[in-house]
Amino acid sequence: MASGVILEVENLRVDIPVAAGMLHPVRGIGFSVSRGETLCIVGESGCGKSLTSLAIMGLLPKTAQRTADRMDFLGRDIRHLGEREMARQRGGSMSMIFQEPMTSLNPSYTIGNQLAEVHLRHVGQNRTAARDRAVFLLEKVGISAAASRLGQYPHQLSGGQRQRVMIAMALMCGPELIIADEPTTALDVTIQAQILHLLAELQREFQMGMILITHDLGIVARVADKVQVMYAGKTVEEGPCETVFDAPMHPYTQGLLRCIPIPGLTRRGERLGSVPGIVPNLVGTLSGCMFRNRCDHARDACANMRDEPTHMGDGHAYTCLRAPEEILGERQAAGTP
Amino acid sequence: MPAYTLKRTFVAFLILIVVSGLTFSLSHLSADPALTIGGEQASEEDIQAIRKLYGFDRPIYVQYFDWLGRALAGDFGESYHYKQRVFDMISERIGRTMLLGTLAILFALAVSIPLGTLAAMRPNSIIDRIALFIAVLGQALPTFWFALMMIIVFGVWWRWLPISGHTQWANYVMPTIALGYYATPALMRLTRAGMIEVLASDYIRTARAKGLSPASVLFKHALRNAIIPVVALAAVWFGFMLGGSIVIETIFNLKGIGWLSYDALLRSDLPVVQAIVLVFASFYVVLTLLADLLNAYLDPRISVR
Repeated sequence: MASGVILEVENLRVDIPVAAGMLHPVRGIGFSVSRGETLCIVGESGCGKSLTSLAIMGLLPKTAQRTADRMDFLGRDIRHLGEREMARQRGGSMSMIFQEPMTSLNPSYTIGNQLAEVHLRHVGQNRTAARDRAVFLLEKVGISAAASRLGQYPHQLSGGQRQRVMIAMALMCGPELIIADEPTTALDVTIQAQILHLLAELQREFQMGMILITHDLGIVARVADKVQVMYAGKTVEEGPCETVFDAPMHPYTQGLLRCIPIPGLTRRGERLGSVPGIVPNLVGTLSGCMFRNRCDHARDACANMRDEPTHMGDGHAYTCLRAPEEILGERQAAGTP
Repeated sequence: MPAYTLKRTFVAFLILIVVSGLTFSLSHLSADPALTIGGEQASEEDIQAIRKLYGFDRPIYVQYFDWLGRALAGDFGESYHYKQRVFDMISERIGRTMLLGTLAILFALAVSIPLGTLAAMRPNSIIDRIALFIAVLGQALPTFWFALMMIIVFGVWWRWLPISGHTQWANYVMPTIALGYYATPALMRLTRAGMIEVLASDYIRTARAKGLSPASVLFKHALRNAIIPVVALAAVWFGFMLGGSIVIETIFNLKGIGWLSYDALLRSDLPVVQAIVLVFASFYVVLTLLADLLNAYLDPRISVR
């Protein structure tokens, strides 16, 4: 297992100075991704999941400060790598797919040019090899007449096609790790399923580690090996996908799970659950459980809670004061597993 | 792209026809051309003779088509004052004006694109402030004043550069700077604004995520998109510079078409003025057409719209 670990992160923090003080969007996140494994980072908008991925890639805005106790990529500490060295990793051994396929490609260059460019940069100055790889991957991502598409410009492709091109681009140099930041959010529902299926398939085929960032638990259920639920810049629950879905411990995870319709179980016309309230402001000194203002089970003690996760074995862990006594008790009383 | 080229060329052609009509009517709106030619002492018979000689007694549309037909063949008539063929007068001088205009726009681009890019990379930094200062200065200083200052400093005090004429390369240095500096502020600020917008775009983030070198991100991915509007503006400014060289050519006694048009205006030498206006207007139309086509080449989305 340890030999297959691609990325290991401990206590990652991102701080951004803003007019009102210091913003703490990511407050001590840790995870690991192994070869052939999909880690899903879940949470609502503003919980710090996109910044986490940008922090790994070294693409944070200039004003943001990144600290971590550990950030090992392929056994190498990448915390203090310079921009030049990081650039050598990006697009080569780690690559990223973004949320906005419509604007993520340069409108002035053909997709063939933009695909070949990564290969020429990281693999070598061989135009024929780069072109062949581009055609191979365009076919892989399901773009028809791949060779003739190389001369097309982004505006000649649909949103779904552009995201397929972005995926092909991320795969050009055979990365060990692929980070997909809400890759389907901007797409039609039918296309979403196709793109997701494609990503999962390619990840299996090339045995890459994948970090999939999403706010859609329906997606998680289908592709994840491991799940990490983030709230207000912290991990509130993590564990193997099945365990977390079967026995969610944190009230926030439970709330998110009530939001997804389950075919066959959710009745037509039935109201889906929601998590009321909004994400807290993350400026200044923060203490206690940040979810307590939105939590049905909150007590006074939650304001002073220390962030020590409770481990349940099997990698399943949660950070909640109330879960053991109340939540488990209520669940048993209600007769749900 | 071919369809787009054809469409733009057709529009340019229509504009040229309108321009020719306006140019022609210029000579007939300002004053009776026969009176201008004859001068104050001319008798009524002289005026009638002049009208017959130059064909001013014919219907106006006949005169127009006659004029246009000859203008297309390069025959703009004869200068009232110099009694020379206008075509020869212009072709003798046009090279100097073209050279000056080209040098000036190249100077303006060579200054404004790097400066605008530097300013955009670090907004509100010292470099940005200096660039802004240069831009404001360029906009505020009248060209003729700036030209005269240069003459005093570099020509008279330090004697580095010749102050008039057109025979050597050194003659073009000060006129180029004076004329080019005028266009620098607008081009620089457009470059800066375009760069700032493009550098914040998603595809620049993609380019960085691909691990491309900073130079490739900046020049290949950012600059090309940022300078698309600059290209269009530069073409317009080039047109201005060919026409706007009147003041500069006069100050530096650089005998190009600008200088000629100043001279012709003073002498009410209508055929010369008419021909120059037509030539400048045609330049303008052709330059705008070229800018459109260049833009469509740089940004392939344009020819679809």
